[in-house]
Amino acid sequence: MSLPVAAKPALRRFHQARWDEPVIFELTAAGERGVVPSQVEPGVRDSVGDVLAGLPDGLRRTAPPALPELGQLRVLKHYLRLSQENLGADLNVDVGQGTCTMKYSPKVNDRLAAHASLLDLHPLQDPADAQGILEIIWRTQRMLAEISGMDEVGLHTQGGSAAIWTNIAMIRAWFEARGEAEQRTEVITTIFSHPSNAATAKAAGYDVITIYPDADGYPDIEAFRRALSPRTAAIMVTNPEDTGIYNPRIAEWVELAHSVGALASYDQANANGILGITRARDAGFDVCHFNLHKTFGTPHGSGGPGAGANGVAAHLAPFLPRPLVVRDEDGTFRLDDDRPLSIGKVAPFYGVVPNIVRAYAWIRALGAEGLRAVAETAVLNNNYLMARVLAIPGASAPYATGRRRIEQVRYSWQDLFTDTGITSEELGVRASDYGMHYWTSHHPYVVPQPFTLEPTESYSMAELDEYADVLAQVAREARETPDVVRTAPHNQTVHHTHHDDLDDPARWATSWRAYQRKYGSGT
Amino acid sequence: MAGGEGGPGESRDLRLGLVVNPVAGLGGPAGLKGSDGADTQELARVRGAEPHAGERAIRSLRVLAAAVPDAVVLTAGGPMGADAVTAAGLRPEVVWTPDSPTTDGADTTDATAALVTAGAGLVLFVGGDGTARDVVAGNTADGLVLGVPAGVKMYSSCFAVSPEAAGAVAVRWLAEGVPTREAEVLDIDEEALRTGRTEPRLHALVRVPTWASRTQARKAPTPESEAAAVFAAAAGLQAGLEPGVRYLLGPGGTVAELGRQLGLDVSLLGVDVVLDGALLARDASEAELFVHATAGPARAVVTVIGGQGFLLGRGNQQLSPRVLRALASEPLLVVATQRKLLDLGGRPLLVDTGDPALDAALAGHVRVVTGPGSVAVYPIASPQ
Amino acid sequence: MSAPYVHPYVPNTAPEARAAMLAAVGAASVEDFYVDIPDALRLHRPLDLPPALVAEQDLVRHVSGLLDRNRPVAPGRSFLGSGTYHHHVPAVVDEVIGRSEFLTAYAGEPYEDHGRFQALFEYESLMAELLAMDVVTVPTYDSFQAASTALAMAGRITGRRTVLVVSDVLADRRSRVHDFVRSHLDLVDVPTRDGVADLTAVQAALDGGVAAIWVETPSRTGAVETALAALAEAAHAVGAVVVVSTDPICYGVLTPPSEQGADIVCGDLQSLGLHAHYGGAHGGFLAVHDDPRFVMELPSRLFGLATTDVPGEYGFGDVAYERTSFAVREEGKEWVGTAAALWGIAAGVYLALHGPRGMAELGETILARTRYAQQRLAALPGVVAGDDAVHFREFTVALPVDPADVVRRLATQGFAAGVPLDDHRLLVCVTEVNTADDIDALVAAVADALTEEHR
Repeated sequence: MSLPVAAKPALRRFHQARWDEPVIFELTAAGERGVVPSQVEPGVRDSVGDVLAGLPDGLRRTAPPALPELGQLRVLKHYLRLSQENLGADLNVDVGQGTCTMKYSPKVNDRLAAHASLLDLHPLQDPADAQGILEIIWRTQRMLAEISGMDEVGLHTQGGSAAIWTNIAMIRAWFEARGEAEQRTEVITTIFSHPSNAATAKAAGYDVITIYPDADGYPDIEAFRRALSPRTAAIMVTNPEDTGIYNPRIAEWVELAHSVGALASYDQANANGILGITRARDAGFDVCHFNLHKTFGTPHGSGGPGAGANGVAAHLAPFLPRPLVVRDEDGTFRLDDDRPLSIGKVAPFYGVVPNIVRAYAWIRALGAEGLRAVAETAVLNNNYLMARVLAIPGASAPYATGRRRIEQVRYSWQDLFTDTGITSEELGVRASDYGMHYWTSHHPYVVPQPFTLEPTESYSMAELDEYADVLAQVAREARETPDVVRTAPHNQTVHHTHHDDLDDPARWATSWRAYQRKYGSGT
Repeated sequence: MAGGEGGPGESRDLRLGLVVNPVAGLGGPAGLKGSDGADTQELARVRGAEPHAGERAIRSLRVLAAAVPDAVVLTAGGPMGADAVTAAGLRPEVVWTPDSPTTDGADTTDATAALVTAGAGLVLFVGGDGTARDVVAGNTADGLVLGVPAGVKMYSSCFAVSPEAAGAVAVRWLAEGVPTREAEVLDIDEEALRTGRTEPRLHALVRVPTWASRTQARKAPTPESEAAAVFAAAAGLQAGLEPGVRYLLGPGGTVAELGRQLGLDVSLLGVDVVLDGALLARDASEAELFVHATAGPARAVVTVIGGQGFLLGRGNQQLSPRVLRALASEPLLVVATQRKLLDLGGRPLLVDTGDPALDAALAGHVRVVTGPGSVAVYPIASPQ
Repeated sequence: MSAPYVHPYVPNTAPEARAAMLAAVGAASVEDFYVDIPDALRLHRPLDLPPALVAEQDLVRHVSGLLDRNRPVAPGRSFLGSGTYHHHVPAVVDEVIGRSEFLTAYAGEPYEDHGRFQALFEYESLMAELLAMDVVTVPTYDSFQAASTALAMAGRITGRRTVLVVSDVLADRRSRVHDFVRSHLDLVDVPTRDGVADLTAVQAALDGGVAAIWVETPSRTGAVETALAALAEAAHAVGAVVVVSTDPICYGVLTPPSEQGADIVCGDLQSLGLHAHYGGAHGGFLAVHDDPRFVMELPSRLFGLATTDVPGEYGFGDVAYERTSFAVREEGKEWVGTAAALWGIAAGVYLALHGPRGMAELGETILARTRYAQQRLAALPGVVAGDDAVHFREFTVALPVDPADVVRRLATQGFAAGVPLDDHRLLVCVTEVNTADDIDALVAAVADALTEEHR
């Protein structure tokens, strides 16, 4: 064939990298080394003698750890190959990871986070030597206070759920300080709120009451009224909920909670569509949290580190984790550790510093107008994608049918499943053959055969179209060539994986070591 | 027994069975409330109803045929299965044949028994609640069953959402095994229902296959299996039991799990009475229950029965209006898994005691125990 | 606004796309999407934020300008530890975790994200060899959470409430653990002797109400616990769980706790390939034996090896997916969230690069230089070693003057001399980054300072 090149097909002919790379232990080559550590100097040896021989009985390791022995390039090559067998948000049209706000993490922020002055800066150095990063932390606290309407913000926590834990820990301390701890034993949440709200409340020792949606898809306010009592410590809710539905009576909920003396905690993991539109404090909330790795553009790191921010109204400020970065009147920044009501430390030192730097840079690159553009565009993208998805036969958006959504939608393939017996999970695996990923939902599934899409502001119209085209194609395949879907994946690094062994203690292989022990070497 | 571990790893008999009730669903289009009885079926035919169970069976089997073209299906002869298997392009192995072309429930029972004897590890049955009841009667070894929905009424929770879904579960079951759950079979006397006198009771609990996760990578918290959810809900209930109170334990797997956790030999399908950890009555009659309800503070422990959300009036009529009226000021202690509530899709729980005033008094919102320290506040309504 | 606002991070701020998409969904403006938000809750003004720095060079200049005000102590001249440690980070580690594919991935399935699963399975496996334990989970947030979870697990497993804290535990870590577990567990301190656990006192305190003993080794002062085997035996005799929090970097040379009776081993990953980052780069690990009683209580994700449809292909998935279903008690259950997976990948690369020999040499270097610094400082007039324990990386010396004064004085000479613990003890940390020359210089500077202070 000769030029011109034929037109490309409608959908891209994706294939994931397949290096067929062994597990790293299998690559070992006796004697090879990847790095050589700094060696004991002769002078030191002369002075202290053989420190290993001098160890008390039983303290010296007898057999060296069976780590692999590999030259440096081979280690590098191994991990680069594994990295290629991975779809990051930088490569994916990552709209399928609903609730996770997969957005562009600007490259320039990675560089700033790895600024030379940060890498070797020890957290116990004199704060006078850390004024740059302390100012960034402080400024980020203040900007997030403005974005949430809260009075004070702490940036200590390492992830969203850790921040939610910190919310309930502060609420618990608040009631203890008021002598109401014995009385306040219940926390109320909604079934569409992120499950970590219930889980952290449980971990803090509270009973949890869950409210289900009413017929319109909004959390049932009558049920909520019935749930409230003098035993209520707090409500812990997400809004917009994980369905993308905004509870329009949220201020009334907060008021009702306050009327029985409870506090109101706002899970703002879903804030991306409401930045500059509405604020937690303006709805009356006492405490809220943000995920810097969702809304504020820090990367997800294959599952962390993330970073959390806790915003509190003035009455809860004394309970924030310590230390808090404060600015003195002379403009210098210091660590305020003298906070007697504080819940204490929640994490080492002052938070996930590289991600705080990234979030600061992200907000600064956008400014007020930019944040609002982020929110509006995330919502526009979501409603555009919803129109495209709902045009696919077999897809639906249960609850609040016909209503607009904020920044995400929990869809259902139930109709397609009823017609074909193909599940949402199978469709998702097949979609990955086209280079697209989607996530179903938290358990328990609140809608049948779920899939949750959150397009954020980062994807162009053309990319949203491409994503919807893939879903339409996969749905079509479910009807026309169901076995292609059922036997997927076909274009991935590996094929359908058998999970039975993973559930059986006698057979599971939790590590290479366990695998060797149970199945012998290399067979 | 409650919920299901089973699934991956357990030894399974990999032969699939199929039994079709050819007249299932006949009564519905004809405006009748079921299809039981030759008279009803004749009446339905006179009114112009066409049987569609066979077509439902074929839809289900086509899913199987697409995935496992060489699958052999144990089945009954002619319209009770073999016709559908052949029509779907699969090979039937007929293990039982009806005596006459007009089939009834006894044929379903006999066919099921023959399938089980022939080694079917999973029996797909095509029909409605009545068919399910007949299948249970023949399922002597308590094997796995799954309903392909084709009946007029399906109060039971042992049906797949569609014929295709049932077929897909069968495919997965054949390929790699699936978890199982416990489902209720409600035995509704259709004749009585037609005349407005309904006395349905919970007929049986059966094990049905359900969906296994195909991919196990999740950022979500570890999901609980339904078995764990049932265990947790019952444990939550147990933690809330008060001394000196008689608990009337209604039928259903979750309540039965409470009995097991208390170390009591409770009945699965009847109503038992427990006081301070001791079993006072097992499978008690309405009259016995009334005696207990009036003997001291007492509450009824009920769970969701079937797929419609009934707490009272389906499967536990022993908890009669006079028994319920004799209970404490908060008469009901409701327990259910989150899954059961979610499956209602926003619809309320239902009470249908036969006493409208009592139903109205019970309506409103109730705390539903879903686990230790976990409740839902959920609406209750009377039907309509 | 005059010109349309188009931001490079937000492609659909382009007016053409915005108009086309609004038209496609039949909306007049984006306001249509916000109808559920009551007017009273709307923010009717722009957020009060500093002006945007849309041009990348402006952003870089601003943020770098702030960061340039940091004054990190030169490598080797910092003797600070107490939770964050200066270890050399091989360039390959930074290269791997800087890869877009790892850095920006999140929660794909084991098909399109096979590499992430394999890298984390390898992290688990490499740590498993180092710790001589078969089960290491995907990382949790940090050592604070790891210890909290380990003790909460012990509480769930035993159904008991008391935790005996038998070591000198890092105070910040203890603070976090206390707040995390206090609804379900009571921490009871058993004072240490000479830097390590007081075995007799621990034995006396052990009874049927003890859920766990919590051993920290090296302790907050760097003391290595030498009686772990005896402690474990005593704890096991009353059915208590042995929880050891530690730093994995020492197990190239030291006997892993699992071989001395530890049931749950936990700690921090920062030493294994992560920069100090002003204390902002911590990950936690949790390890147990291959015993379902323990595995089933792990809240964190755990990746395992699996077969696929193709012979010779490695698949991966979550081990014991429904493990919480086996929980003895429902109370105090935890959660799984975004934690520190990337740091786990880093730790894996770090261990793969070092191999058995590298980890052994590294451990020996740290032990030797720790001892060297300890000896040299204790040889100064008026300076006394804090205790006679074996120390790894950290140790205390008692000074004849306020250590804060010494630290201040040495700061002017480019040293971070250590962490004052009280009005006479200084906690000094020595890693492989601190060479003999660095130590000699520190000792000389301390000697000068003591002379000056005494004058």
